[in-house]
Amino acid sequence: MRRLTSVACLLALAALALLGGCGEPQFSDAEKKTIASLALNTLPSLKADTTNQYADMPAAAALGSTLFFDAGMSRDGTVSCSTCHKIERQFQDDLPQAVGVGHTNRRTMPLAGVARNPWFFWDGRRDSLWAQALTPLENPLEQAGNRAAFAHYMQKRFGERYERIFGPLPDLSNVPANASPLGSDAEKAAWNSMSAAQQDDVNLVYANIGKAIAAFERSIEPQQTRFDRFAIDLATGAKPEADAAFSAEEILGLKLFIGKANCVTCHNGPRFTDNAFHNTGVPPVDELPLDRGRVDAVTQVQADPFNCLGKFRDGDESACRELRFMVKDGPQIARAYKTPSLRGAADRPPYMHAGQFETLDEVVAHYSKAPLAVEGVSEVHPLDLSERERAALVAFLRTLSD
Amino acid sequence: MASIWRYILAGLGLAVLLVGIVAAVYLMLPQPTPGPDISRSKSTANRLFEASFEPERGVIRQGELQSWLLTLKTAAGAPVEGAAITVSGGMPQHDHGLPTSPQATDYLGDGRYRIDGIKFTMSGWWQLRFGISAAAGSDSVVFNIVL
Ligand code: HEC
Ligand code: HEC
Repeated sequence: MRRLTSVACLLALAALALLGGCGEPQFSDAEKKTIASLALNTLPSLKADTTNQYADMPAAAALGSTLFFDAGMSRDGTVSCSTCHKIERQFQDDLPQAVGVGHTNRRTMPLAGVARNPWFFWDGRRDSLWAQALTPLENPLEQAGNRAAFAHYMQKRFGERYERIFGPLPDLSNVPANASPLGSDAEKAAWNSMSAAQQDDVNLVYANIGKAIAAFERSIEPQQTRFDRFAIDLATGAKPEADAAFSAEEILGLKLFIGKANCVTCHNGPRFTDNAFHNTGVPPVDELPLDRGRVDAVTQVQADPFNCLGKFRDGDESACRELRFMVKDGPQIARAYKTPSLRGAADRPPYMHAGQFETLDEVVAHYSKAPLAVEGVSEVHPLDLSERERAALVAFLRTLSD
Repeated sequence: MASIWRYILAGLGLAVLLVGIVAAVYLMLPQPTPGPDISRSKSTANRLFEASFEPERGVIRQGELQSWLLTLKTAAGAPVEGAAITVSGGMPQHDHGLPTSPQATDYLGDGRYRIDGIKFTMSGWWQLRFGISAAAGSDSVVFNIVL
């Protein structure tokens, strides 16, 4: 009888050891694969931008950097790109809606990795980095300038630098001081009084301003974070050391992010974005004008004379496939916004396209509840996360900032 | 004699216990769901055409615009020329459509049509549906792609 019990005990112990040994590895192979796909070391090197022949020219990037920080690039000399895209704040401004010459309707977007985007702005109403840069320059709420004034300013302030990069400036002597097809009534009238050749001249200088700024912005890239160190260790089988080790809460958050909470369906790849547009049921801000997201941007990008199919593009039309094959209609683009990168997000509240949420807790609570969209259909479904799970998701998001 | 039986009985009992535990653990593991039919060649819904669908460069890369080739043959095996092709699709499990609007852009001869502008923005189960109109009539076919 004694022998029997001891044998039984031994067997039971062996069974337990077996279960303990093979039970619950921290991550399944599928999870490991997903985690590896999110790490920064899988970010491919930046592709050439054939639509901007100056994209990788150092002199163009240097001029672009000057222009980016130059408040002279605005109607009243007070606003530059860097007023809203602050270099020490991940190139954003911590405000729910940006403030330039006026109060805008959207939140300033951080710029890390921006040159990798196929679409620009929350709604993607521009299709290249250089065409994007031309928009705030003339937006009455942002820099509030006009393209004729910018062309004159380039000649006066940066003539020599400009010509070394782009070749001779056109003759601007008969171009009105202020003129633009988009400006005030007086500016529009001045624009219409110009010959087509003069308009082309000004548009070309204007496009080149955008191309120089874009060349500068290409150098703004995301930084390695604690998550990336953890992911590399996990992939190589090394035991994460020091701050690369994740707490149990962070591991739970990561598992939820790539599993049950479905975050990774949209926030995927090393930049945590699929570069696509989704309706996630984020409520509009009451005081702001109607904002329908992507559905309105489609017509705007098609009408933009600086888009990829327009005559200011360098290189050939094969670079324009995103524009050519974009979704132009259908219910899925109503109140759809671009999936933002989550790198560095924990350090820069508020969140969403108009700063709707003040904290990451509010963001995660939104996903957990998944309210219906005011227009269109939200793609997110209620997750009913426990308090512990919500906190874990937030803890994980923080590892993308440390 | 009786003691041997007891050993065997105990051994059996433990074995059953072990099997039970292993089965429980197995059941708790995420089950690979039986996937959709992912064959790259099939007959169209009304068997008017034989269709096959392959990435033009051989590999599927998530997040990149890609072109694929749709090859159409009649049931008798002749290449289908001059077909008008419409493309739609989406992710059935996320009830959303395609992130781009792919089009048949070129006819490459031999029943081969280039379908350009395809982008898979996430892993999972995607569907591409083709409406095909040619001399033989109109038909449709759905391809499942799992990333
Ligand atoms: C008044 C503040 C303000 C100024 C000035 C400003 N921006 Fe922005 N920027 C924003 C806001 C707000 C958005 C998002 C706007 C939207 O979606 O409608 C944005 C979006 C962008 C984006 C898109 C990023 C992405 O991921 O899609 C880029 C790039 C950018 N700005 C660059 C610039 C450049 C270059 C300048 C100067 C020429 C500039 N911005 C001037 C506030 C500003
Ligand atoms: C269906 C696609 C989709 C899914 C799934 C999704 N997101 Fe998002 N996420 C978006 C979009 C689109 C936005 C921007 C929405 C807006 O501004 O209206 C966003 C915004 C965010 C932001 C704000 C970032 C910023 O800079 O404003 C955070 C944080 C975030 N998501 C985290 C998550 C987490 C955590 C999950 C999982 C619980 C998740 N997302 C699931 C698409 C998605």
